[in-house]
Amino acid sequence: MRYIRPLSIEDAVGTLASSARTAAILAGGSDLLVRMKGGFVEPDLIVDIKAVPGLGDVQETAEGFRIGAAVPSAVLGENTALKKAWPGVVEAARLIGSKQVQGRCTIVGNLCNASPAADSVPAMVAAGAKAVIVGPSGRRTIPVETVPAGPGRTTLAKGEIIEAILLDKRPPHAGDAYLRFIPRTEMDIAVVSAGVNLTLDEKGAVKTARVALGAAAPTVLLVEEAAEVLVGSKLDEATLERLAKVCSGACRPIDDKRGTIEFRRKVAGVLARRAAVTAYQRAGGK
Amino acid sequence: MAGVAVSTTINGDSVEYLCQPDETLLEVLRDRLGLTGAKEGCGTGDCGACSVILDGRLVCSCLVLGAEAEGRQVETVEGMAHGEQLHPLQQKFLEHAALQCGICTPGFLIAAKDLLAKNPSPTEEEIRFGLAGNLCRCTGYDKIVRAVQDAANMMRGA
Ligand SMILES: Cc1cc2nc3c(=O)[nH]c(=O)nc-3n(C[C@H](O)[C@H](O)[C@H](O)COP(=O)(O)OP(=O)(O)OC[C@H]3O[C@@H](n4cnc5c(N)ncnc54)[C@H](O)[C@@H]3O)c2cc1C
Ligand code: FES
Ligand code: FES
Repeated sequence: MRYIRPLSIEDAVGTLASSARTAAILAGGSDLLVRMKGGFVEPDLIVDIKAVPGLGDVQETAEGFRIGAAVPSAVLGENTALKKAWPGVVEAARLIGSKQVQGRCTIVGNLCNASPAADSVPAMVAAGAKAVIVGPSGRRTIPVETVPAGPGRTTLAKGEIIEAILLDKRPPHAGDAYLRFIPRTEMDIAVVSAGVNLTLDEKGAVKTARVALGAAAPTVLLVEEAAEVLVGSKLDEATLERLAKVCSGACRPIDDKRGTIEFRRKVAGVLARRAAVTAYQRAGGK
Repeated sequence: MAGVAVSTTINGDSVEYLCQPDETLLEVLRDRLGLTGAKEGCGTGDCGACSVILDGRLVCSCLVLGAEAEGRQVETVEGMAHGEQLHPLQQKFLEHAALQCGICTPGFLIAAKDLLAKNPSPTEEEIRFGLAGNLCRCTGYDKIVRAVQDAANMMRGA
């Protein structure tokens, strides 16, 4: 095995693209090193992307935020502007692991590890986040929900690296929220989870909505029908009931030691409902 | 496997070592440098016994490659005491009997040091959340929390 730390993204892409053997990208290592130790992956080459300039920065741009692929969750939690604009994305990133893991883990690693239960992913999908991908044939920007292909698999091609996550600038009256269910208060994997992102009109009615569920299917679910239920409403009781019902119905979960299909369906609805209420309040709705 | 030559700073001292590319920082500290304070409880990021501070951030050294320490600052439990003079946290852990077998202790000490550096007067809840990445099978945590509270008071000069 070899370890390299390229100093430019082109170098990193070039090395990955030309390596004949199995190569792995290293960000925070909190999935990769665990998988290597468990013998699940045996890369011949490790490409540590943390020395690539810009990948460690969070930039506030005219369009919104650009979060470099090597930024650990702890740093996201310390960024006041980001927390104010996207509290749901930040709270989801902050739920990953312990304080020790927070010092290392990245939302891009969380996305590319492609666990159906990855915490930051439903929040990013609800937020309409985009991934900037650099590869042998250049740069492309795609919606975050198109990155995971199934448990442990992504749609990235050989040599491709996610360089950054983009979040839009917030209009007035906007809010997002993320909730997961775990049997403990800390350090556990989501049994099921929900992210909701809303913008409101001047009168406090929902103008746009995005609802995403985690651990409810092989990949994150963007539930468009749930968004349609919310638009135009002020989150009255009947709307929230319908939201919960639509979300429960959209789930295609598995039965495992963490939860049964029935339990996951039910809780997905409850969490979507609660996350919607929090997002609504954060958007200034009453 | 070709070795990786690494220059780093550990507890303020410049250190150079050669390690294998898949060797963890924990293995380097313990097996190459004789710094056996950090312990391996799980090797998978769950127990915190291997905690060290890397460039001011608390991390599990079992989930960091030795090669990644190049040009960075590492703080381990060995850097906490000054000669015979124990760090207030170490002293309070002793006074409060905040350890039994002791395998978790270096990790708790480093995690508590990091916690107090960022939050000098944490509430009990903040201490419990702040140390949630460190597991202890012996003490039941209460004595650890008391020791950290007491050390925080001492360090604030209260
Ligand atoms: C103790 C512990 C607790 C955890 N708790 C949680 C939790 O509560 N919730 C949760 O969701 N996860 C949890 N995890 C899993 C893990 O911490 C997260 O998935 C984390 O976000 C991974 O980020 P990383 O930067 O460490 O990824 P890495 O391990 O560095 O990489 C993960 C994968 O993504 C690929 N990759 C990384 N960066 C890029 C890039 N820029 N472009 C393309 N591919 C890339 C890597 O090659 C690898 O396959 C936990 C892990 C541990 C060890
Ligand atoms: S040995 Fe590193 S967390 Fe347990
Ligand atoms: S004192 Fe034995 S594990 Fe903590």
